[in-house]
Amino acid sequence: MKPHLLTALVLVGSASLASAADITGKVSLKGTPPAEITIDMASFSDKTCAAAHSQPVTTRHYVVSKDGGLANVLVYIKSGLEGKKFPTPAEGPVLDQVGCLYEPYVMGVMVNQKFKIKNSDATLHNVHATPKINTEFNFAQPTKEQVNERGFDKAEVPVRFMCNVHPWMFAYVGVFDHPYFAVTDKDGNFKISGAPNGKYTIAAYHPKTHRDGPGVSKEINVNGDTKVDFTVELK
Amino acid sequence: MTRTKENRWLGRYALLTAAATLALICLGGLVTSHGAGMAVPDWPNTFGYNLFFFPISKWVGGIFYEHTHRLVASGVGLLTAVLAVWLWCKESRRWLRWLGVLAFFAVALQGVLGGLRVVLFKDEIGIFHAALAQLFFVLTCSIALFTSRWWSDAPSLKSARPDDGGLRPLFLFATLLIFAQLILGATMRHQHAGLSIPDFPAAYGRLWPALDAESVARYNQDRVEVNAINPITAFQIVLQMTHRIMALAILLLVARAAWLANWRLGPHHPLAKVSGAWLGLIVGQVFLGAATIWTRKSADIATAHVAFGALSLMTGAMLVIIAFRCLMPAPRREAVRAKLTPLAPEPGIASDVHV
Repeated sequence: MKPHLLTALVLVGSASLASAADITGKVSLKGTPPAEITIDMASFSDKTCAAAHSQPVTTRHYVVSKDGGLANVLVYIKSGLEGKKFPTPAEGPVLDQVGCLYEPYVMGVMVNQKFKIKNSDATLHNVHATPKINTEFNFAQPTKEQVNERGFDKAEVPVRFMCNVHPWMFAYVGVFDHPYFAVTDKDGNFKISGAPNGKYTIAAYHPKTHRDGPGVSKEINVNGDTKVDFTVELK
Repeated sequence: MTRTKENRWLGRYALLTAAATLALICLGGLVTSHGAGMAVPDWPNTFGYNLFFFPISKWVGGIFYEHTHRLVASGVGLLTAVLAVWLWCKESRRWLRWLGVLAFFAVALQGVLGGLRVVLFKDEIGIFHAALAQLFFVLTCSIALFTSRWWSDAPSLKSARPDDGGLRPLFLFATLLIFAQLILGATMRHQHAGLSIPDFPAAYGRLWPALDAESVARYNQDRVEVNAINPITAFQIVLQMTHRIMALAILLLVARAAWLANWRLGPHHPLAKVSGAWLGLIVGQVFLGAATIWTRKSADIATAHVAFGALSLMTGAMLVIIAFRCLMPAPRREAVRAKLTPLAPEPGIASDVHV
């Protein structure tokens, strides 16, 4: 690489780092969610699943902390980055199948970012992605530790993954054309790192509450580290 | 090659094919009820294996339903192919021979549709697949009826009587309505959205549920399902309400048809007997529809609902066929007059219908 080109790249990189900010906050649930249902793995024909759990497993529609923090919410910059290009990370996250459950339940990837889909169970799973904008796929993972790589070429929130062998297995993957997204933790907290300063619409999308809807959004002006909280309200 | 109308074993074989078709419809119902249609991602192979050599040890979860459905479908395909050849070689009625050919092409198309549903990811194909299954069942039952001893021997069929009560159009209309109802049901099931209305006889506690966007969002937020189902929409709620209204209309129509057949033809006439059984099926079907909701769409109950739907359609279709053979269209004036006077039962009429 020529020296002057390298210098230019370093300068650009430094400038972008100088303007990078963290967007943090918390998503809270307002309202009383319906009780989760226990998944009856014991009476299922595939005994591998029940054997993997010592405690009863329930659905994960509303994972709420004691102080109302809502987990598994995709928080992302919805607008304000138009026309900008962002490099696709070489490494992608892993969507694992453990104890006949998808882990994580909600995650995000970038457009064209290859991510790994793994089977950690000693049983057969079929990995069935059911996007509405991207191309649907369905393939088998019959062996333990099998890993396949997949990606999506269009932004879409969310893409549902399911396993038709074990019908209670499903997960959601948000696909973004930028790297500024996060998923809330068990306390409802999130952190989007390295966002450039600017004026954005930032959205919080909870797969159960906002299914097929836009989620909730706020206008924010990022100029250094910024805090923004959301409230997801049950109707 | 000797062709004749008297093929007792052919008739029995056609009945076997029809029974296998009903079993196949039940298995198809289980596949959809368990959300297992995509559990085997490839077709015509099964996880890369030849369909017939897929190890039994791997028949678990959703794979069991989908793979069994494919195997039984292959069996029905084989039965139908043999039926078509048998009809072609031994049946003297030309139109019935071609009915066998039609059945063969229908079952082949049905198999291809089932496969395309899997590899093309199209729910719409699933709806068509379900509707064609019902028609194919009617077709195999029709062949069983036409090849039965009852069809060729019944003395009443040789002296058709006037359809004074308008039974022929009534049977036909009710049967067409049942078929429309089955398509509605298949559309609901293949949306993979679970129960769009979770209560019965009320609908979200009301006579007619609220359909505005906020209410539908609330319905979706409130329901917690174990399976990965799609969110419900206002369209799906309207679809289920239409299904309920049509069920009531069918119940009333079939009750009228059964009463009319009994009154006009006498309780021993085959049409009166079969339409009485038809009414029993419809009553059972209404109960199963309600039970499907009360049990939160239990797979067994929902599948029984599918099976009773198929039997209801088939019975209606057989009644139409028999009525169009037994009853002549009545002149309009006579029909009006005759409605006021019940007819005495015909002496010597065949009363045991082997369909």
